[in-house]
Amino acid sequence: MTALLETRGVWQRFGGLIANSDVSISVGRGEIVGLIGPNGAGKSTLFNLIAGVRPPTQGTIWLDGEDVTATPATERCQRGIARTFQVVKSFETMTVVDNVIVGALVRTTDMRAARRKAFEVLEFTGLAARADVMASELIPSEKRRLEVARALATEPKLLLLDEVLTGLTPLEAQTGVELVRRVRDTGVTVLMVEHVMEIVMPLVDRAIVLDLGKVLVEGKPADVVRDPKVIAAYLGDRHAVGS
Amino acid sequence: MHDVTHAIRRRRDLIVAAVLVALAACVPLFVKDVYVQNIMVLTLMYAGLSQSWNILGGYCGQISLGHALYFGLGAYVTAILLTKFGVLPWFGMLAGGLISALIALALGYPTFRLGGHYFAIATIVIAEIAYLLFLNWDWAGAALGIDMMVREDSWLKFQFLRSKLPYFYFALFFALAAWLVTWWLENSKWGYWWRAVKDNPDAAESLGVVVFKSKMGAGAISAFLTAIGGAFYAMFVSYIDPDAVMSFQFSLLIALPAVVGGIGTLWGPVLGAAILIPLTELTRSFIGGSGRGVDLIVYGGLIMLISLTRPDGLLGLFSRRKKEVAR
Repeated sequence: MTALLETRGVWQRFGGLIANSDVSISVGRGEIVGLIGPNGAGKSTLFNLIAGVRPPTQGTIWLDGEDVTATPATERCQRGIARTFQVVKSFETMTVVDNVIVGALVRTTDMRAARRKAFEVLEFTGLAARADVMASELIPSEKRRLEVARALATEPKLLLLDEVLTGLTPLEAQTGVELVRRVRDTGVTVLMVEHVMEIVMPLVDRAIVLDLGKVLVEGKPADVVRDPKVIAAYLGDRHAVGS
Repeated sequence: MHDVTHAIRRRRDLIVAAVLVALAACVPLFVKDVYVQNIMVLTLMYAGLSQSWNILGGYCGQISLGHALYFGLGAYVTAILLTKFGVLPWFGMLAGGLISALIALALGYPTFRLGGHYFAIATIVIAEIAYLLFLNWDWAGAALGIDMMVREDSWLKFQFLRSKLPYFYFALFFALAAWLVTWWLENSKWGYWWRAVKDNPDAAESLGVVVFKSKMGAGAISAFLTAIGGAFYAMFVSYIDPDAVMSFQFSLLIALPAVVGGIGTLWGPVLGAAILIPLTELTRSFIGGSGRGVDLIVYGGLIMLISLTRPDGLLGLFSRRKKEVAR
């Protein structure tokens, strides 16, 4: 069985800066995969390439065995990739439920069905009580959840989460972790970018560590955190075991 | 449960509209003064025009300051077809609408790639170019314009010597039609797409919204309806020239009621037109003879006042109160 998502030899250059070099990763169906690494490692760049914000300078991206390298973001959403934004991008002049309806309209043109779907998702993400509030009035953690809700309403196969757990209080982060687990339990594959390791490590099945634009290490979270290369990348060479 | 409140809100809007139309339809039975009837016709026409503008400018967030182009096109197509080819204005009106919609698509193809202020500037420039073209186009009457001689009262030709009533009822129908189209679109895929595009195009794209296509759709519908209003205006005044139907001030007069009443709202254009148009006409006649533009000074003052106190338009007064209740 092929992987749900695969990047093959992906490069991204911005002028003289190489943000991703020869990145090949794969995400299997039903997995929760963490994409981690220190600041500037190229996580967000890779994330945006997968979401279809821009095509990579070189290399290909495969969804479900199909080449989607040249597919624009809109169509990737139709094909089953949904994303959240690191800096939340709610539709501020719309109510919470209307925000989610926009997502639901990818799968249906029937407004009643879209509305029903939106309420289902709001129920699932714990935002149902805030349905009729303007998105601009939500508190930051609710806005994060709205990002997730909107993405889920598009009924994705693959959900891309861009630092949804960063900057939350421990309690909020815990709720977030449980939400991600429940999302996976509904059959959605999750790829999440985080740079705070202690939040994601207990959650993910597999971690991929990027450093300086390359895949540094990948494997089980427990192994990854002990890897000297990872420790060196995060803390500098002096802290790496055995040096 | 929420499903129900949403449906109730929409039905309530429909009932309010029906009541308002019924009341408006009765007004001419009591108001016989031609001057006042004239103001009512213009108010209804601008309510419809601004409602049409609001689809593109308010819902989709693409601020056009060149709608005089579509207004003028509607007027010119109708007038030319009537005087040169003897085509009844009812068909001319539709032709004007369709031509305007096509031109909106052709112009939207390059301009909808522009962001924010650049789009607004482009619309001003394009409308101004069209104005100059018509000013120098001999076949279309150039600066002299086109006179649609009114010889007799005729519903077929939509021309009436003295009575304002037929125009009043058509203007009422036009305002209602534009409102209904908005009401219907508001709760459609298009309406949601437009608002998403306005609020955040990147997020919209990530949710499968085809941003460019939704702008094109909004532009075409908005231009079509605006041209119908222009065609009506041509028949109403029965004489048109570039200044009378395509000058920049129409772009402002079409946009302002929506901005003042509440941009991107169902009732904003109606409320804005009901306040602005009578005000304009009254200031014009009170200060009468002291030159053009006084009414526009009043407009400018009002806009400054509103943008300072109620940036989201007069309807914001109501929604703010509603929000407090909701809390």
